[in-house]
Amino acid sequence: MQYEPVIGLEIHAELLTRSKMFCGCPVVDFTQAPPNSAVCPVCAGMPGTLPVVNRQAVELALRVALALQCQIAPVSLFARKNYFYPDLPKGYQISQYEYPLAQHGKLPIQTADGERLIRIRRVHLEEDTGKLTHVIGEKESYSLVDLNRAGVPLLEIVTEPDIHTLEELRAFAEGMRHLLRVLGVNSGDMEKGVIRFEANVSLRTVGSAELGTRVEIKNLNSFRALIRATAYQIEQQMAALQRGETIEQETLGWDDTSEMTFSQRSKEEAHDYRYFPEPDLPPLVVEHAWLERVAASLPELPFARLKRFQTQYGLSAEDAALLIAEYLIADYFEETVQAAPGVAPRMIASWITGELFAWLNQSGERLEEIKVSPAGLGELLRLVAQDEINLNTAKTVLSEMLRTGRTAGQIVAERGLKQISDADQIARWVARVLAENPQELKSYLSGKETLINWFFGQVMRLAGGRADPQQLRQELEKQLQSMKSNSS
Amino acid sequence: MNDTRDLTNLTVTDALAALRSGELSCTELVRAFLERIERLEPRLHAFITLTPELALRQAAAADRQYTRARKSGESTPPLLGIPLAVKDLLALAGVRCTCGSRILDNFVPPYSATVVQRLLDAGVVVLGKTNTDEFAMGSSTENSAYGVTRNPWNVKHVPGGSSGGSAAAVAARMTPAALGTDTGGSVRQPASFCGVTGLKPTYGRVSRFGLVAYGSSLDTVGVFARTAADVALLFSHMAGFDPRDATSVDFPLPLPCLDGKTNLKDVRIGVPQEYFIEGIQPEVEGAVKAAITHLEKLGAVVLPISLPHTEYALPVYYLIAPAEASANLARYDGVRFGPRVEAENILDLFCNTRGQLFGAEVKRRIMLGTYALSAGYYDAYYGQAQKVRTLIKQDFEKAFELVDVIAAPVAPSTAFKIGEHADDPLAMYLEDIFTLPANLAGVPGLAFPVGFDYQGLPVGMQLMGAPFGEEMLLRLAHVYQQTTTWHLQTPTGVD
Ligand SMILES: [Zn+2]
Repeated sequence: MQYEPVIGLEIHAELLTRSKMFCGCPVVDFTQAPPNSAVCPVCAGMPGTLPVVNRQAVELALRVALALQCQIAPVSLFARKNYFYPDLPKGYQISQYEYPLAQHGKLPIQTADGERLIRIRRVHLEEDTGKLTHVIGEKESYSLVDLNRAGVPLLEIVTEPDIHTLEELRAFAEGMRHLLRVLGVNSGDMEKGVIRFEANVSLRTVGSAELGTRVEIKNLNSFRALIRATAYQIEQQMAALQRGETIEQETLGWDDTSEMTFSQRSKEEAHDYRYFPEPDLPPLVVEHAWLERVAASLPELPFARLKRFQTQYGLSAEDAALLIAEYLIADYFEETVQAAPGVAPRMIASWITGELFAWLNQSGERLEEIKVSPAGLGELLRLVAQDEINLNTAKTVLSEMLRTGRTAGQIVAERGLKQISDADQIARWVARVLAENPQELKSYLSGKETLINWFFGQVMRLAGGRADPQQLRQELEKQLQSMKSNSS
Repeated sequence: MNDTRDLTNLTVTDALAALRSGELSCTELVRAFLERIERLEPRLHAFITLTPELALRQAAAADRQYTRARKSGESTPPLLGIPLAVKDLLALAGVRCTCGSRILDNFVPPYSATVVQRLLDAGVVVLGKTNTDEFAMGSSTENSAYGVTRNPWNVKHVPGGSSGGSAAAVAARMTPAALGTDTGGSVRQPASFCGVTGLKPTYGRVSRFGLVAYGSSLDTVGVFARTAADVALLFSHMAGFDPRDATSVDFPLPLPCLDGKTNLKDVRIGVPQEYFIEGIQPEVEGAVKAAITHLEKLGAVVLPISLPHTEYALPVYYLIAPAEASANLARYDGVRFGPRVEAENILDLFCNTRGQLFGAEVKRRIMLGTYALSAGYYDAYYGQAQKVRTLIKQDFEKAFELVDVIAAPVAPSTAFKIGEHADDPLAMYLEDIFTLPANLAGVPGLAFPVGFDYQGLPVGMQLMGAPFGEEMLLRLAHVYQQTTTWHLQTPTGVD
């Protein structure tokens, strides 16, 4: 029997708001801030306090819902999800249940097999919990509660079980992270836990429409954990089915160190969260005008931009993907294209993904910080395109531009780096090199023709690297050819 | 001021006039009430926490402000120097707030309820925090972990509940006014039992921020005083939109028009047949009907009406309120505030703390509510209750197309004896059958005295209005009180 994996995802993404979901506390970096330094009576769940919805969180959620082409509910409801845990101050989490903010969306992904649409079941708003630290000591063990994260706005995105391969899984997860960053709603700092995944994994016989028993894996906080845990679970289920066993519905955790899933809850132990509408919050109304304003503020979405970069600029899929990974870079590219109309966009792309990326890597600067503007890079590349300077010179000039902030024109003029295409001058340099290296010339004439590259290098050195390389090669070939015919 | 006159007899309105004229100092006034509290508290036990130092400090500050204002001619805050008692379910920053529960025995909120802060800003002086059934769950104040409050008219009887401490304190003239909360009748029923005037506002008209939640979709903050005029004055400084309560409503608030007119020619009063049922104490029915007749004589048009879903109010309430309570009370886990009963693991810590520190009625309602929300039961219980709640609301909407006000009894009987319903929660729940519908519909209700039974216990009447119709209720009660003397009777046995 042939089985195929059926995977659905739940994504929890923290929203980049200034304040928490239901109170005025600032959202702080949980890895840096002192514990419980951003907590007030509301997010500590003190008696008599009440939640008030953060409009900015709703707006960021609407950005995502619109980008995922969801149907957005004009009226949605908050609900209480009840369970006891020390990191949950009120004893319930304010979430959305029966009437979420948005439903029925989709996100396109690109894999080697082509383009696919992964359907989005729902998008809703909720609040994050606090954080527990378990201290296990020799004399006593205890747990510490940090409520800095309690009440931070969370967006929950749930897919349909449309993912069937690990490649699709990775493409979707990365695509979602990219989308959230591009929309400015999430930092994408996976290592800080600002995006968390849960995967529902089941197997079915190929061609069957029926879904198998699903197993849920929680707390997957990196792409690596997501992929490894899912792969591991698929293997486990495959082996079980092949042994003729059935799959038990359960909830699993993932251990990053052993790279194994472990059981958290069986079906019998499943929580009854006793959801009911949150009486402290009136229905969330999204007026049409608000939605239109948000829609108008959306940037071009990654998938569309990827396609446009290929069609409009003739870029390869790889180069386009490299550029749009950071919208600032994609913008930089497009501005350079604008600034240098005579320069092929592909050439601009390769300079950015090559020289510029290398500089960013090596200097540790961010793109916003570098001393070369798109117009500056455009000027340099125009000099190359017009054969004013050659490639090697251009690389040297760019690195000086990046270091000093001076323009290409200034550097080329001052240091006399302009390419030399004077035919007489080049002919004189070639003749001199051939005359000064009789041994090598002899070898060449007796058949060691690869030496032509060595002569080329010698002439270029004599020319201080400024000779027009095409002209130089033609002249070199011409003089060698005439010597060959003379000697034979 | 003339020492032969007992200052504790003053209404808020009279006291304000005396304070403003300089005839009376606020410190004198507050001392008079503190002395009376000291004298009566051992017999009545209306308070959980007294704040005499705070009160005298505020009084001294108020006196300075009056003196300054009299010299400079500047105006003073509208309620400057008026003593107030606050139900111990409302937060007052820096003063412990027990909610009548051991689970909050040591809890001192760092914030004040919005309604308390508004009144403080208007100049009130806080005498203390009054007794309540634990988390407002009860109709007699017997469910307080801090002892029973006694009815000033007869100390063998309950004062009603859950705001029994506030009602008893006003009736016994330990304070001229007090705040209460009303989730199912907790202001109106004790007002009726203690012979004072008590208002339950429209849901959303007074902020719930700082009111410790019981049934969030039903909870309201109300006020007790000895006259409708005093209630109106206090209410005008309590109501209004609060950015910290998303369910509060931005509704314009004209000061209730309590002019001297006693003509009720333009008022249509509806009398719902469902509120005059078998089993109601005959003296209650008699006094309420007499009061309606009195209003009719003043020109009001009295019409029989029907609120057909009234009988469902009790079961609907006892599904919705406990369901919301089961979530609202989940935060009392011993982790962040309140006493903690230590244990080996977190689950035992939760169970020990909640098991040992919640009282029986609170546990009963948490279990009821948890059950009503459980998977497989939600639709049949909580879901169904919400549907019927809508029908009850529609009953009122239809009624208010025909009439301006609905007049009814507050409770089926006068104050019952302490311990009378101790072993019969259902009998206790039945105490609220006439007050629950207004909470389910979110409409305002006002209770005020209209007579006495053969034991000398007060009988109250309830007026219910359309949403934001508090003015009409207060106006009617004011006219009634200007033409009758029931509200002027005071319990003398307690002195
Ligand atoms: Zn906060």
